[in-house]
Amino acid sequence: MKRERATDPFDLAVETGETSWALETKGMCVDYGAFRAVKDLTMGFEKRQVTAIIGPSGCGKSTALRAFNRMNDLIPGCRTEGQVLFHGADVYAPEVDPVKVRRWIGMVFQKPNPFPKSVRENILWGARINGYSGDEEELVEGSLRQAALWDEVKDKLDKSALALSGGQQQRLCIARAVAVKPEILLMDEPTSALDPISTSRIEDLLEELKARYTIIIVTHNMQQAARVSDRTAFMLLGDLVEYAPTKELFLNPKDGRTENYISGRFG
Amino acid sequence: MSAAKSRAATGARGEGSFLPNLGKRQASGRRWAAAFAAATIAAVLVLGALVASIVNDAFGLVAMEFTVDPATLAPGGDIEKLSDAELVAALEDNLKSRRLRSLGNEKPLAERERADLLALVEDEVIGWEVVETFSLAESLFGRAGVDAFMAAEHPEAKLVFRSWVNARFLAASQSATAIDAGVRSALIGTLMTILITVATAFPIGIAAAIWLEEYAKDDKWNRFIRVNIYNLAGVPSIIYGMLGLAIFVRALEPVTSGAAFGAAADPTGANGRTILSAGLTLALLVLPVIIINAQEAFRAVPRTLRESGYAVGATKWQVVWHHVLPAAFDRVLTGTIVAVSRAIGETAPLVVVGASTFLTQDPTSVFSKFTTLPIQIYQWTARPQEDFHNIAAAAILVLLVLMLSLNAFAIILRNRLRAKKRFA
Ligand SMILES: Nc1ncnc2c1ncn2[C@@H]1O[C@H](COP(=O)(O)OP(=O)(O)OP(=O)(O)O)[C@@H](O)[C@H]1O
Ligand SMILES: [Mg+2]
Repeated sequence: MKRERATDPFDLAVETGETSWALETKGMCVDYGAFRAVKDLTMGFEKRQVTAIIGPSGCGKSTALRAFNRMNDLIPGCRTEGQVLFHGADVYAPEVDPVKVRRWIGMVFQKPNPFPKSVRENILWGARINGYSGDEEELVEGSLRQAALWDEVKDKLDKSALALSGGQQQRLCIARAVAVKPEILLMDEPTSALDPISTSRIEDLLEELKARYTIIIVTHNMQQAARVSDRTAFMLLGDLVEYAPTKELFLNPKDGRTENYISGRFG
Repeated sequence: MSAAKSRAATGARGEGSFLPNLGKRQASGRRWAAAFAAATIAAVLVLGALVASIVNDAFGLVAMEFTVDPATLAPGGDIEKLSDAELVAALEDNLKSRRLRSLGNEKPLAERERADLLALVEDEVIGWEVVETFSLAESLFGRAGVDAFMAAEHPEAKLVFRSWVNARFLAASQSATAIDAGVRSALIGTLMTILITVATAFPIGIAAAIWLEEYAKDDKWNRFIRVNIYNLAGVPSIIYGMLGLAIFVRALEPVTSGAAFGAAADPTGANGRTILSAGLTLALLVLPVIIINAQEAFRAVPRTLRESGYAVGATKWQVVWHHVLPAAFDRVLTGTIVAVSRAIGETAPLVVVGASTFLTQDPTSVFSKFTTLPIQIYQWTARPQEDFHNIAAAAILVLLVLMLSLNAFAIILRNRLRAKKRFA
């Protein structure tokens, strides 16, 4: 038994660390060079819930989201301060490999970006590089079912993913993300490049996915935030202005700036 | 004047109007388009002139004289029609007995191959000798002048139309007479050299490009390295020749001569001036170009593709190997082949490295003395005799065909890879 225990402190924390939040930030600041895009963000994300982040363009939503799984490490000149706690372990601790963080905290992007490979390979690649040794067919079907895509692509598993429609590609990206069995899914405006029907399919999907995953979604669309999320955070110029259960935030905002934004007076 | 009418009037030529400019804008656009077309036409004309001048020299009438009239040997002078026995008879009738004896000592005539007998009859009995050559243009359009000239100067000579590029030209090695010379050793030398160039420059170039583009931090040192790789790509090729001479021929002689590997010393005494040295020198020459090309290919891979790899927990190497390389590979390949086909035509650095000027033997290994097509062309062009200019043109055609096939191969390969990328 002892030999199977992870020795890496981060792995150990993921295995055993119990916290009330799925993810928690403490004083997180993100700078692009001298420009501070996210200022002192302190918030927690509830397990198996959908949390929406809204705010006007350029307020730092994407930046904050990408900081959660250290995606910003790939941008030269971008620096993050403060803590992001996952199972109580800081993902920015010097000994933590960002690759490990992204394995547990997956991401879906604004523009569908499947790999230029077959549908099947899109699902399997992430699993394989992470050392998956189970039944591949089972994984492909399971992941595609979770993304509500199985019925549409089960006959084209070996066709190029780029031959799918935009909405199908985006659900494939979701299937690809869940195939590595993450705990948290980050979604940056996942429906903004899609038509209304594809959008509503993905919104329905979020409802099912939250039974298994913690979902953090950035959206420009306030109706969407109101429809799909349990809690909503409103950001403005890099600050977290208000964070509350979605109903409360939309019906009874505490901050005047939130009220102005949701009533369409700016943004 | 109604309000609408006055608005139309100011709309047509008033100060707030946009329309009056349009004719002028279109005209200036047409002028530019005409200039671009003219530039293209100029380029095509230059290219056409180049090809025409080569073809003009590579084909044409040749006036030949002989010691023995082939018509006396075979009906119509066509010795191909003679049987083996008749060929032997022709040799025995016409050669001096001393020559016959020495040939017989090498190998009895009766046991020789037919091709061998034919060559002997051509060379030693008939003894063709080129007395005058004419260009293709003269042969086609100035035939009367040619005939008049021939009647006056060489009434004995036989006039035949000759393609200087022919099977024999490809199969024969260097010779002191143009009509017997061929490009075989040079062609083999070129192919072996370029193989060494590709085998070293391609992997090193790609590896360096991966490191510079994907791994190296954007600090002072790496920027310095990058800028200098760009500069190296612009260094004249003869400088690389001097570098190759210093490094490969002199300093690394034990390696490039093969002595370090226990290879038998080359009987021709190549020392460091070997195919290996030549290939490595050309590799130095193309390396910067390959690196720059590959870097640009990697840079063109969209960030979203990399991010989608990282987002499922891939390491940098996994993203590079599985996504960046396949996505960039078609461009990398085309860039490499363009660089290599330039290298095939390089002459100056190989002269410096010590290409052999007169090589009648094929290279046997990478430790052999070398000559290449451009070197051969250069030497033949420098000779005063007309017929060497003809074989130089023929060799240029061989070189061009080699380059074009390489480029065609590159294009086919790239299209295949692209198609695979799209429909995988
Ligand atoms: N790579 C970068 N380098 C420098 N500044 C950046 C970079 N990316 C974003 N920024 C700046 O950081 C701020 C926040 O950007 P971010 O992309 O997080 O906004 P956003 O809230 O996601 O906006 P949108 O709703 O338009 O997507 C902006 O002012 C932007 O100009
Ligand atoms: Mg954004």
